[in-house]
Amino acid sequence: MKRLLSLALAASALVAATPGFAEELANQVMNGRYQAILGDCSGCHTVSGGKYLAGGEALVTPFGKLVPPNITPDKATGIGNWSYQDFRNAMTRGVGHDGKHLYPAMPYPNYSMIPDRDLKDLWTYLKTVTPVDRKVVANQLPFPFNQRVVMRGWNMINFTPKTFKADPDKSPEWNRGAYIVQGPGHCSACHSPKTLLGADKSSGAYTGAELQGWYAPNITGAKRRGIGDWSEDQIVRYLKTGTDGKTTASGPMAEAVTNSTSKMTDADLKSIAVYIKSLPASEPAAPKPLAADDARMTAGAAIYRDNCSACHGAGGEGAKNLFPALKGDAVLMQDSVAVPARAVLFGSKGAQTAAAPTRPGMPALGWRLNDTQVADVLSYVRNSWGNAGAPVAASDVATVRKQGR
Amino acid sequence: MSKVLPRKDVVVVGLGWTGSIVSHQLAEAGLDVVAIERGPWRDTATDFNVGYMPDELRYAIRRDLFLQARAEAITVRNNTGQDALPMRNYIGFLPGNGVGGAGVHWNGQTWRFYDSDFELKSHLTDKYGADRIKDLQIQDWGVTGAEMDGYYDRFEKLAGISGKAGNIKGEIQPGGNPFESARSDEYPLPPMQMTYGPSLFADITGKMGLHPFPSPSANLSKNYVNPLGIAMGQCTYCGFCERFGCANYSKASAQTTVLPALMRMPNFEARTQCEVLKVEVPKGAEMARGVTYIDSTGEEYFQPADIVVICAYQLFNVRLMLLSGIGKPYDPQSGEGTVGRNYCYQTNAGTRLYFEDDKKFNPFIAAGALGQTCDDYNGDSFDHSDLDFVGGAGINCIPSNGRPIETRPTPPGTPKWGAEWKKATRDTYQSSLAFGAQGSSYATRGNYLDLDPTYKDNYGRPLLRMTFDFPDNDLRMSHYVSDRMEEIAKASGAKQYTVSRQKKGWNSAIYQSTHNTGGAIMGTDPTTSALNPYLQSWDVHNVFVVGASAFPQNAGKNPTGTVGALAFRAADAIRDQYLKAPGAPLVKA
Repeated sequence: MKRLLSLALAASALVAATPGFAEELANQVMNGRYQAILGDCSGCHTVSGGKYLAGGEALVTPFGKLVPPNITPDKATGIGNWSYQDFRNAMTRGVGHDGKHLYPAMPYPNYSMIPDRDLKDLWTYLKTVTPVDRKVVANQLPFPFNQRVVMRGWNMINFTPKTFKADPDKSPEWNRGAYIVQGPGHCSACHSPKTLLGADKSSGAYTGAELQGWYAPNITGAKRRGIGDWSEDQIVRYLKTGTDGKTTASGPMAEAVTNSTSKMTDADLKSIAVYIKSLPASEPAAPKPLAADDARMTAGAAIYRDNCSACHGAGGEGAKNLFPALKGDAVLMQDSVAVPARAVLFGSKGAQTAAAPTRPGMPALGWRLNDTQVADVLSYVRNSWGNAGAPVAASDVATVRKQGR
Repeated sequence: MSKVLPRKDVVVVGLGWTGSIVSHQLAEAGLDVVAIERGPWRDTATDFNVGYMPDELRYAIRRDLFLQARAEAITVRNNTGQDALPMRNYIGFLPGNGVGGAGVHWNGQTWRFYDSDFELKSHLTDKYGADRIKDLQIQDWGVTGAEMDGYYDRFEKLAGISGKAGNIKGEIQPGGNPFESARSDEYPLPPMQMTYGPSLFADITGKMGLHPFPSPSANLSKNYVNPLGIAMGQCTYCGFCERFGCANYSKASAQTTVLPALMRMPNFEARTQCEVLKVEVPKGAEMARGVTYIDSTGEEYFQPADIVVICAYQLFNVRLMLLSGIGKPYDPQSGEGTVGRNYCYQTNAGTRLYFEDDKKFNPFIAAGALGQTCDDYNGDSFDHSDLDFVGGAGINCIPSNGRPIETRPTPPGTPKWGAEWKKATRDTYQSSLAFGAQGSSYATRGNYLDLDPTYKDNYGRPLLRMTFDFPDNDLRMSHYVSDRMEEIAKASGAKQYTVSRQKKGWNSAIYQSTHNTGGAIMGTDPTTSALNPYLQSWDVHNVFVVGASAFPQNAGKNPTGTVGALAFRAADAIRDQYLKAPGAPLVKA
């Protein structure tokens, strides 16, 4: 709050002469700051523990490495020389200050829905951020992808700037949720399957996708794999605190909760919940669970008992806010085992928020369990306590292990 | 020449239980706080990994988490007629090292002292006459049990203590300790589920007319979310508490109750692997300027601060005061001086029962504080009029573990090695049960701490010297309680038993207890206490010293509950009183 105030004060000091105008400017800065939260700018543009918006960690895409640039108002290394029009072009058309095309790791297809007023406020806010002198080489793609001109073709196939069209048959709440999810929140960037060209597929939106060695799960109204069985309150709590009491955000979602959703208003979180619960449920029928006497299940049960049950419980019930319940856990029900396999191999840390500060950690067990053992214990948890999922092969685990942390 | 850092409002020395609580309370009040910790950062998922934490060899035998003598030793002797020699290894007691301190590897037994313990001198003088305690240096704390109640309550709720109150606002509660002093509220969680050993102990002692009750435990009986919003898990009864970090977020420690909230605060900073060498107090001054510390690369820094809170382990609190010239060192010849005065310990004795094979105790199902206690012979629960001592002991049946290397009980008469020994350890493991007396330790003129004249540490600073032996009063007390334990043993129906008897000549090479107390004690008289009743130095007013070092003498109970309560008390005093008039003493000398 202190920081907010000082930002507002700094902004008003620029135009101290007219109080009415100063107040208006302060409101713009505050709204712009909230837009930066909705859009989770810092999620990509800030290195963990680093200076705010001064450039982020490299994104590993199927096409190569991209590094989110410095977007502080530093003239030499940031966006200090940009005009609002430059910024608007980047956000809505994917074209940078120098006329060069951006790569769609920057979710301009989503951001293009942000209305002008909010975009202007966001720009006003970004100008109040502390400038940081930090040079970032954004494009580290190999040839031919490093040729930005290729993006022109990509855009022709995959991108038309959109404005958000409210559905008059739905509630304002639903529409607000739809706007945040499709627009600034850019949920599809992680949760929607991609085409070979890396664009969102036209079908199966929000049914889950692999990225950067993780798997962003199904967030449609699907009951088994998605959030169909979650109450709106549960979803709000998850997004606000990082845990709904049963499951815990991990990996990139833990970061999204920490940097973005935990700072959204309760009303916006509720809108998101209303909207995603209405997303058409899309999931295959549950397979028949593995028989309890299957060799993988008996081996998995023994491994589970020794390594997992102390925290996750003999019945997979977990502990509130602390240890995720595995019974009924949707993350276990995805096709991909990337997330649970990573958790077992490398450990994992939850989100840390004001409302749920514990930040419990899953310890790494990859040093004591081999790929077959990890596969067996995952097969076991995917097929116990009412869960049903395809058995996991040691080779699946080996792939995750090879990808590394 | 040390590098001068930007000033802070508060510098806290040591980030264990007390350092974490004080830091959190003061950071919450808006102060800029830096904690400087000698040991490493430690975190549950990384450092207490469930996959390797139950490693008895590494943690219990090789003592991986403890302070090592090569980092800082102390010298010990039984009396002033001897030359003190440095401990080559910490064995008799095991100070912690690193974030969380000894609170990482404790058992979790969490007691409140009795009201009479806090006003011990007045209480015993009134009841038995001054003559009874003339050989002891017993003192009042300068705080009453009623004043401590709220602080105890805050610590118990922070830590999720699992137990059964015995006396809520004067009403005796069935199932609790009937000797307990009145408390305002129940424990936040119910007692743990009892295992067979303590249940049998309760059965035996109950039939004898004693009053067994579940020992209050920082191993949690249920899942819990503390007042800071931090979640803890139900204990799994794995039996790896003392000497181990808890892998399951089930044992209260700074890591599981305070640090997650504290570390997110922008006005708090922890600097680990940095050792404070000295609190800087100009000669004759009443205010410290800050602390000098050295980091792991050998670089020296001066950290200026308006308030210095010393929160290291008891021994090292006292040593840092002596090294910094805060207060007058205690002299056992003249009885004058305060720093180092009233060093106390714990006067323990043990009993082991050997049953026929029909008893199976499954000792591996255990937790550090899972058990039953009889307080019938503790403190002044019993009339001492016709006895030749003061004080007492709790009789605890807390079979904290059945770990394979150390849990090898064998009946009297068994050879110490060889095939017969092996057979006996196999035959006895399941059918043997131990309980013990944890006795009070009362101060005498000759038990004290000072700086060693000969031995120095890595930085050329004198080591701390401990001069200690069991006082005659405490031995008489302990023998009396050993007799009571023998009565229990006889009534138990065990085929054999042993009862140990404490004797003169305290030996630092046998583990007895890590309940070292005193040396920087609180009180109302600056000529007999180093700290006022708010744990503020009488001599240097912006220095507060928190820990068991403040106990004028030790009760027959584990100290952590009282240490935690005192941390809240000191923090409150700084927040609510000291900050209104910085630099002023909270109590007029």
